[in-house]
Order: sequence, then C-alpha cells, then structure tokens
Amino acid sequence: MPQVLKTFLRRPAGAVGLFLLLLVILMAALAPVLYPGSPWEMTAIPFSRPGENGLLMGSDTMGRDIAAGVVHGARISIVIGIASTLTALLIGVTLGCIAGYAGGTVDGAIVRFTEIFQTIPNFVLAILLVAILTPSIGTIILAIGLVSWPPLARLTRAQVRSISQREFVQAAKCQGQSTFSVVVRHVLLNAISPIIVLGAMTVAAAILIEAALSFMGLGDPNYMSWGYMIGAGRTVIRQAWWMSVFPGVAILITVIAINLVGEALNDALNPRISRA
Amino acid sequence: MTDPLLSIEDLVLALPESADRAHAVDRISLSINANEILCLVGESGSGKSMTAHAILGLLPPKIRATGGVIRFGGEDLLALPEKRMRALRGGEIAMIFQEPMTALNPLAQVGRQVAETIQTHQPKLSAKAVDARVLELFEQVGLPNPASLARAYPFQLSGGQRQRVMIAIALSNNPQLLIADEPTTALDVTTQRQILDLIKSLQAERGMGVLFITHDIGVVADIADRVAVLRHGRIVEQGDAQQVLHLPREDYTRVLLNAVPGRGSVAPTASEAAPLLDIRGLYKTFTTSNGLFRPKRRVEAAKSIDLSIARGDTLAVVGESGSGKSTLARMVLRLIEPDAGEMYFDGVDVRGMKREELRQFRRRAQIVFQDPYASLDPRLKIGESIIRGPMAFGASRAEARAIAEKWLVRVGLGAASLDRFPHEFSGGQRQRICIARALALDPSFLIADEAVSALDVSIQAQVLELLAELKAEMGLTMLFITHDLRVAREIADRIVVMQHGEIVEQARAHDLFDAPRSDYTRRLLEAVPGRDFFAGRQMEAVG
Repeated sequence: MPQVLKTFLRRPAGAVGLFLLLLVILMAALAPVLYPGSPWEMTAIPFSRPGENGLLMGSDTMGRDIAAGVVHGARISIVIGIASTLTALLIGVTLGCIAGYAGGTVDGAIVRFTEIFQTIPNFVLAILLVAILTPSIGTIILAIGLVSWPPLARLTRAQVRSISQREFVQAAKCQGQSTFSVVVRHVLLNAISPIIVLGAMTVAAAILIEAALSFMGLGDPNYMSWGYMIGAGRTVIRQAWWMSVFPGVAILITVIAINLVGEALNDALNPRISRA
Repeated sequence: MTDPLLSIEDLVLALPESADRAHAVDRISLSINANEILCLVGESGSGKSMTAHAILGLLPPKIRATGGVIRFGGEDLLALPEKRMRALRGGEIAMIFQEPMTALNPLAQVGRQVAETIQTHQPKLSAKAVDARVLELFEQVGLPNPASLARAYPFQLSGGQRQRVMIAIALSNNPQLLIADEPTTALDVTTQRQILDLIKSLQAERGMGVLFITHDIGVVADIADRVAVLRHGRIVEQGDAQQVLHLPREDYTRVLLNAVPGRGSVAPTASEAAPLLDIRGLYKTFTTSNGLFRPKRRVEAAKSIDLSIARGDTLAVVGESGSGKSTLARMVLRLIEPDAGEMYFDGVDVRGMKREELRQFRRRAQIVFQDPYASLDPRLKIGESIIRGPMAFGASRAEARAIAEKWLVRVGLGAASLDRFPHEFSGGQRQRICIARALALDPSFLIADEAVSALDVSIQAQVLELLAELKAEMGLTMLFITHDLRVAREIADRIVVMQHGEIVEQARAHDLFDAPRSDYTRRLLEAVPGRDFFAGRQMEAVG
C-alpha cells in the first residue's frame, strides 16, 4: 500500500488532483462555519459586483450571496457524486460479477439488459426518472445511479471473466470454498483496481449530471446547488457574469480534480507502472 | 590461438538497492571463440540472462554495468555509443529469446519481420533481393513451404515454427555471434530436439560463435563445446564440455548434474489393488467459432480415454502440449465438464455428483497446478490461502491455522511464512505452498498438473523428492501430468502416453522405458536432451 501511495503522489496529476479535491472537500466541510446562515437568504443588495458590499463573489438577482452558494453547493455536489456512484457500483459490480462468473445464458441475459440501458442516452433517462419521481436529493441520487452503472457492469464482467480463469481461483474452488466466497474474496479482490479507477471517474460524471439537472430546475429545492445557481444566473449573464461563472468554475475544478485523481490512481494501482 | 570473438572481463552488473543481492553478476570473465558453442548454465536468478542482455546493451532500467569490459572485435561494448550498438544488434550479434510468441510482433506477417531486419542493416538491398533472402533463410531453418509461411502471422504457427522464424531473423545478417537465451525451454521435448539440432548444424555451417543459455544440463551435454557454470552471479566452473560434464571439479556442478531427473531406477512394480479412480470412454471436444460465416474450429482434447489408477499408485500422463493431458486432469475434478464417458472415484460416479457431494469429493481429490505464479492468490497471505480450505469444511480458524502451520513446516517452509505474501517466495517455494494447500485438506488423491515443469532442474528434484516422501507418508494416490519423460520416470509406477487426445501407450514405467511399443513413445524417448550422456554416466556408475 505505501508503494501505491508513493506512486500516486509522485505523479503530478495525483498530487495536484488530490490537493484540489481536498480543497473542495474542506470547503464543503467548513460551509456552516464560513457562511453560517442559509445560502438562500437574501442578505445583500441584488446585482452587487464581486468585492462590492463586502461580498467576495457578489450577489445574485435576488441578493443572495454567491460565495455562500458556492461553498454550500460543494456539499450537495460531493454528497450526490459519492452516493450515486455507490449506487451505481452496487448495481454494476453485482451484475457484472454474476454475468462474468456464471457465463452462458445468465451472462447473455445480463449483457443484453445492460445494452438496453446503454442505448438510452444517460441524461434523457435521468431527466425522465427525476421528473417522474419528483425531484428530491434521494431521487436524484437514485436516478444518477441508475444511469451510471452500465460501464461499471461491463468492466466488472470483463475483469471477472479473465480472473476467474486463473489457476488460484480454480484452486480455491477445489478447496471446497463456497461460490460466494470464491467470487468475493478471490475474484473480486483481484479485479478491483480498474473498478476503483472507473468509480472515481463516475463521481465526476455524476456531479456533472446533478449540475445539469439542477440547471434545468430539476434539483432538490431545499439545497443550494452549483447547477441551480448557473441556471438562475443564465438569463442575466451579459449584465452579471459572476452569477454563473463562479459556480461554473467550482464545477470545473471539482471535476478536473476527480479526473486527475482517477488518472493517477490508474497508474498507482497498475503494478507494472507502480513498481517500475 | 587467435583472439576470441567475444571476451567478457570482470563484468559487474549492479542491482538496485532493494534487491536481495548487490550484484546481478559479480566479476565474471568468459570468452567465446568463433565456431564454438559456449553454454552458460545456471539456475534462475543466477544472472545468466543479465549477462546476455549486457552484451547487447539491453539491460533493464535500474541495472547498470559498474565494472569490466565486454570486448567484441576490438570494441568495448559497454562504452559504445547507441548508434554503433544498434548497428551491431541484429547485425554482427544476434539474439534468440525464450518465448517466441512474445518476441514476434503478433500483427505482422513473419516474412515481413525477417525482411525488416535485413532492410534495417542493408538499406540498399532491393525489395526483390530481400524477399529472395527471406525465402532462402526460411529454407535454411527448415520451415516447410517458405513462400506460403512467410505470409503467415505468428499465431498461425506452432511454437517450434515460431522459434525457427526467430532463428531466421537472427541469422538474417550473417552474425558472427549468436546469443540464445533459453531458446528451447518453452518447447516440447521433440521440438526442442529439432531446434537444438538446427542451432548446432547452423553453427557448424557458418562457423558462428554461439552463447547458449540454459538451465538444463541435458541440453548442455547435447550441444556444448565449452561450459561455464554460473551461480549467484559468479562463475563456479568453466571449461571444456567433456571435462566439466565428466569430471566436474566443483560440488555445485555435481549438484546440477545429479539433479537431472530420470536417472534412478524405475519403480519396480505397480500394485494390484482395486482402482481408486476409474475412467471409461471419456470424450471432450472444444469448439471455437471463427466468426459468423466460417466453419467452427474443433479440437478433440479427449477421444475415448480409458484409464484406471490403483490405490497408492502414481500414474504419470505424458504428452506434448495440446495432447489433452491438462484437460484430462481438470475433467477428473470436474473443473471442465466432459462431453461423454464415465468416471468412478472409489466406486462413486463422479459425473453424477451434486453440489455438496462434489465439494466433499474435491476435498479428497486435490490438485497442484503448473504455474506457481498463477496458482496463489497474489493479494492473500499464503497462510490465509491455506486456512480457507479446512475452514470451508468446518474447522475453526484456530484449528485451520494449526493445520496450515503444520503443513508449511512439513513442506519445509517454517511456520513464520504463514503471514507472508506469495510474491516474497521463489517458484520452488510457491510450489511447496501449493502442495501444503492441497494436503491441508487431507486428501487421498493428488493430481499434479505439470507441477514441476516451471521449475529449475535442481529445484525440480527437491519438489519431486518431497512429493515422493509425502506420498509414502500419507498413502496418497497420484495422477502426475507432465511433458517430461525424465520426470515421469522418476516418480511413476505406471505411465500413460497421450497424443492428440488419445492414449497411444499405457504401460508400467519399467516396461515403457525398456521396451516402448508405440513409435510415438520411442520418438519422445529419443528426444530427451542429454540422453546418451546420462546413459553413459549411468553405465559408468554401474560398471
């Protein structure tokens, strides 16, 4: 493990990505301290420019503090990104494992089922699900999870298929271990590295989907979100650029940070690179 | 005497600090003359491949030459600029690698790959002349039908043919020195014999110097003019092949010579007890589709296999790769389901077993696999790998741990190895771990699927000895799968010879070696490297 961490930090992508990501997480964690009030409160004069009236990033059309929104929005982005990725992992890894290990008709059925999901555009399906289930943080997580699992399932299936051919898996079978134990403790444990990497990328994608949903007004109305802020500021972007640019930059930084971390993880978890 | 073709003087290759020793090779000196074959013998890790790579300037990133010179035609290869080195590589000095599949580009026709080497070194040659030269080379290395084979891709060729292509590439610019790094280790005995004969005859024809690297003394006896024995990066003994082989001065050389399997007397009798495993009419065909519109490719891995193993006996199944012997082992444990036939273990129908029955059966019938690097879970401590077996059959963790400890000690590794990971062990040690894992379930039947093939000869001897001891101790019945007749001779009571999924001969070990009945068996026996040499040695020992 220390070897993995060392390789990870030695990559510029890893170090920069991790730094930016920690910054965003810190921002989310400290939100109630930095801006104790609700980000929805109209505390300032509307259309204040950044720096005016003691507001770091200005205020929006209704006099809400943009900086407060950006800081509080980090919480929702991170929560949704992680929770929906976990949902997607749960579905994708389970199905992928079953398909890859069982093979034959079961495999065929699961692959076809996955392909159905892959033929429907992600975002359209997410909109549909959220619209039907009424927008709330729970339904958004569920919807994003439901549209993000197919790539994870396919990757898991391919990994499990190749690893279950290896001799140590056959040896475990011959030892009389139960199928569940063989799959989880031997096959999955050895297949996990690329799944972790893809999982990190999925977090970034989930954050983007959430932002897009909120942009369209399908976010949870109880939580301030970057996507919502951009959506609200979009009509006045020519007069008041700061309303959409700051939350946009926040999304950009978060997504880049996660992608960089994923890329460095990919190198670090690859034994050929990490031991070179 | 003229100057040697290549001379290595006091070569030191430093390993990175984390390695288990400071130097890959430490002050070795050797020389190769034109028109001679020098065999560099040693176990894996002795530094023999490193030496070869150093000559061509192909050392891995973290390894550097820190001392000595490698002189070739008046130049020091260690100090040569990269450009000059490139001209030498594949030009005056050529190399053949161990694994011809990975040494060839899988996406290019083999003829092109030979042509590329020629064009690199002789850019002025016309395309026509190059093509003619390729065909001529293919002819020389004994490839049938050169014109059509030149258009084949590596995966369409057999292992032996690929190695011939590699040799053609190596010879394409008439090198003065040929380096062959374990060129026959990945091949079957009969193919190995052909390649050895080819290298020897080409060497004599062209008067080349050959540096031949191998761990197999049998091979040395067949082709070497001179021998250098390498151990832990030092040269232990060096000299004329006849002298080193017949009158070795050093103990280590004697150890290597004595480790070669298949010299002892054959097990005298096979017991007449009731069979523990009885197989009748077993069939298995693999079909692979080649795309929608092409006919499917069918490989018959087992064609009506009949065999039985008496309780307490060791049956060796011998055959070349692709003969279906590994499939047979897996079918016995139902890791692969046969298409037809019957199998009875201790009178019970194996093919009819349901889930729990099968689990109980597999407890009694255990397997040790060929590749000690693939058969241990790399992410588990080895203790854990062993413990899970007894635990799956109801032992508590403490009991299972005690069993694991007992077996690790028994196979000679010590209880402390329980908490270490597989990558910390050598191939031989890993194979011992695999044996401990199999025996921890207290089986009565053990399948060894090429269990010693991936190991060096001296390690092979130790593992075989361990298996023989354990067999006697526990009254095990063994099915021993191997491609090496020498190994079969060492351990088997009865031997089955397989070819293309069929049993061509089945006999007591004694009868098989003394009076083989089928032609195929005779061919296999004749192909064993160093056969005459060891036969001679045995005569001396007896007489």
